[in-house]
Parts: sequence; structure tokens; C-alpha cells
Amino acid sequence: MIRVVLPFHLRNLARVDGDVELEVAAPVTIRAVVDALEARYPALRGTIRDHDTLKRRPFVRFFACKEDLSLEPPDTPLPEAVMRGAEPFLIVGAMAGG
Amino acid sequence: MSKIRVLVGTKKGAFILTADGKRKDWKISGPHFAGWEIYHVKGSAADPNRIYASQTSGWFGQIIQRSDDGGKTWNTPGSSAEEMKGTEGMPKGESNKFVYEGEVGKHLWYDGTPHPWEFKRIWHIEPSLTDPDTAYAGAEDAAIFKTTNGGRTWRELSGLRQAKSQLWQPGAGGMGVHTILLDPKNEKRIYVAISAGGCFRTDDGGKTWKPITKGLKSPYELPDPDAEVGHCVHRIALHPSRPDVLFMQKHWDVLRTDNAGEQWNEVSGNLPTDFGFPIDVNFNEPETIYVVPITSDSLHYPPEGKLRVYRSKTGGNEWEPLTKGLPQKDCYVNVLRDAMAVDTLDQCGIYFGTTGGQVYCSADSGDTWNAIVHDLPAVYSVEVQTLP
Repeated sequence: MIRVVLPFHLRNLARVDGDVELEVAAPVTIRAVVDALEARYPALRGTIRDHDTLKRRPFVRFFACKEDLSLEPPDTPLPEAVMRGAEPFLIVGAMAGG
Repeated sequence: MSKIRVLVGTKKGAFILTADGKRKDWKISGPHFAGWEIYHVKGSAADPNRIYASQTSGWFGQIIQRSDDGGKTWNTPGSSAEEMKGTEGMPKGESNKFVYEGEVGKHLWYDGTPHPWEFKRIWHIEPSLTDPDTAYAGAEDAAIFKTTNGGRTWRELSGLRQAKSQLWQPGAGGMGVHTILLDPKNEKRIYVAISAGGCFRTDDGGKTWKPITKGLKSPYELPDPDAEVGHCVHRIALHPSRPDVLFMQKHWDVLRTDNAGEQWNEVSGNLPTDFGFPIDVNFNEPETIYVVPITSDSLHYPPEGKLRVYRSKTGGNEWEPLTKGLPQKDCYVNVLRDAMAVDTLDQCGIYFGTTGGQVYCSADSGDTWNAIVHDLPAVYSVEVQTLP
């Protein structure tokens, strides 16, 4: 089971309170997790990545195991701790600064 | 007695203000979609319980919300609980998918170089006058989209971008379709206004469009003051009984046309300044119009710190200030282009919102004003529904 942590506004949009748990078949990659997330919560389509190109939106970041995976290729396998549910995959709204 | 429902889009959410026909005691609902920028909220004339909202974010992009119960509950079209159980399989979640048709093409960038169209957000949603499932959406970068299935999917009416769009150029506020007016007597005719592209009309339901800018003059904004496109039109308005008569608040100048945009004539008259954003028409008096003069394009606040609506009962040229109930000192708010609306009661109500978070109502055609709310986030848009 993959645990996904969504930012405040996307939790509201998906109408979930806490972490999201997803069954994702191997290989568990960034793309596979976001695919599964969007399939479960269609309202999130287009908010994390572009509908057609599937390119990550510029101010959305992907973190896991204290690493920024945002710039990794979408087919990069996630860390083993994320695959076994020990660590979450975080989808984060980039800092606005100020 | 009739009811009034005011739909307010703000920088940090949507608010719904309701009252009876006296328009004195108001209930406030919201924020809906808290923390998101709500560019526009508008109800369907064909079904007042159907309301569309444009929700947007610099982080997460565009969202379209729809209510089918007058704003009590909302869903992104295609993802409601009922639709999730539908026989069509999993919803595709395409209510926020706005894709330019065909060759994307290029418009002028700030530095004068060609720049490809990039979708940023929906500025305005205009529901059909007859079908709750049909609506038009005005986009930045400038384009018009149409849905015929209640917002589940949108298709561009790409003919608009054939109207010399290679010469359109964004102003400081971006380049968006901010006004869409549907002709109640001719369903094939639609007017749009673009900042800073100009004003356009289709007579074939959106297949082809032509600039309607003859008579506009922009000597401080354009190298050719009489250019066919590129004018920074801030807002246009019409009265449903006379859809060939349009009123315009341009960057500078207030104008009118009596022949569907074939020729515009300036009617700024005795206004203290003819810069401003909104313009609207009294529902009961087609020659009575309202503007909110703003000092200048450099000073986006009212002249002398006095918030004054100006009313003309002669369709322009002769204007009177309306001040009772409005702050007449130390007021430095702005009123944005989509932030004024009128109701359809016998004594026409006029409403507007400010960047300071006030929403004002006049229940007597502008003679006196009261603030419904004082401290909302900056108001982007105001629409009114008159309910039975």
C-alpha cells in the first residue's frame, strides 16, 4: 500500500481528510502513483500535472524519504520505504516565499 | 416576495449573499473553495439552481465548479457521487481541460515578439440563456470555450483566434476574454471583449468572428490609435431588450454603439475621469448606465479618495455622481471589471465589489448605497440572481 500525502488544497478538492492509501502494481514509479491517484480522484486531474503531456506543474513538488524527486524522470522507481508503506510519497505545493 | 442571491468571487474564495426583495437583511455564506482565487461565479438564467464557478490557483491550475442546488453543494463537473456511479465508467475528470484547437499559433508578447498561446485560467463563465448545460468560458490567454454537457468537457471556438490574433498583445493584467455577452434575440450572435485585444462579434454561433472597434481611439496605448485590434476594452454591457446597443468602458473612454458595434461613439461627457473598469445597465431603464471612474491607469483608485458611482440616464454624456452611503474620504480601493451587476426587480438593485473587500448594494437604482459586507478578500466578480 502506497501512502500519499496531499497538500491542503488538493485534499479539499479530493475531499479526503488525511493521507491517501493506494494500491499500485509494480513497478511503483512516480508516474504509476500519480496515475492511481488521479484514477481514484478524477477531480485532481490537471492539478498536479498537465492533462495531455503529463508534465508536472511548475509549482508542484514530489518529495519522499527526505529527497526531492521532482526533477526525476516519471518512470523513476520510488524508494523501497515508500513501496512498503513505511514512508509516504509527498505531493507538495512549492513555497510561495514572502 | 422575490429573493436576491449575490455571487461574489474573491481572491480567497467565493461568497454567496442572500436577502429578500427589500435587500436590507443579508445572510452570508462562505468562503466556498477557501483559499482559492475565484475569478467568476455565475448562475444560469435557464435554471437558477445551476451555478458555475471558475476556481484557480498559481500552484494547481484551473478548476471548474458546478452547483445544482443554488450554491449549497458543489462538484467539479463529472466527478459528483452520482456521476461516479454512472454507467459510463470512471469519470475522466476533464472539466478543467482547456486545450486550444489546431495550430496553437502566436500572439505578440510584451517585448513585441511572437509568443505561443498558453492557457492560464478562466476569467469569466457565461451560461446559456436557454440551456443550463451550455456555457461559454473566457480564457487567458485569450480564447473562448464552450461546454454543452454542464462543464464536463470544453471545446474552443477557435474562430475567435482567427480575428487578427497575431496582433493581440497582453497588458499588465494579462490577455484574457473577460466579457461574453449573449444576444437574447439572436442565439447566433455573441460579443466578447478582450484585454488587450479589443472587441469582437460572431453572427454564426462562434464559427467566425470580426473585430468591432470602429470609433475606438487609443492614442496612449497603441501606435495606431484607430487600430482594428489591440484596444484595451475593459468591459461591455447591453440591455436584453436592445441587444444592438452596447456600452463600453475602455481603458480610457466610455463609449456606446447603436448598431451592434459597427460604429462606436464616445459618451464620456462630464465624467471626472473616463478611466475605469465596470459598466452596467439598469434593468428597467435601458438608457440608464453606471460606471465607477478611477483616477487613471497609473493610479488605480477613485479620484480624491471618494468612491463615486456615476449614473447617466441619457445613455451617456450627461453623468451624475452617486455618493450617498459610499465613503467620501480616504478611500483608495478599485472596482474590477466583472465586479458590478444589476438585479431585475421593479426598483433595480445595483451591486459592486471592491478590492478592499466591500460589496455595496443600492436598492434604489443608485440613489443610496449600503455595504452588505465590509471585509471580504479583494473582490474579483459580482453577479446577481433575482429568484422568484
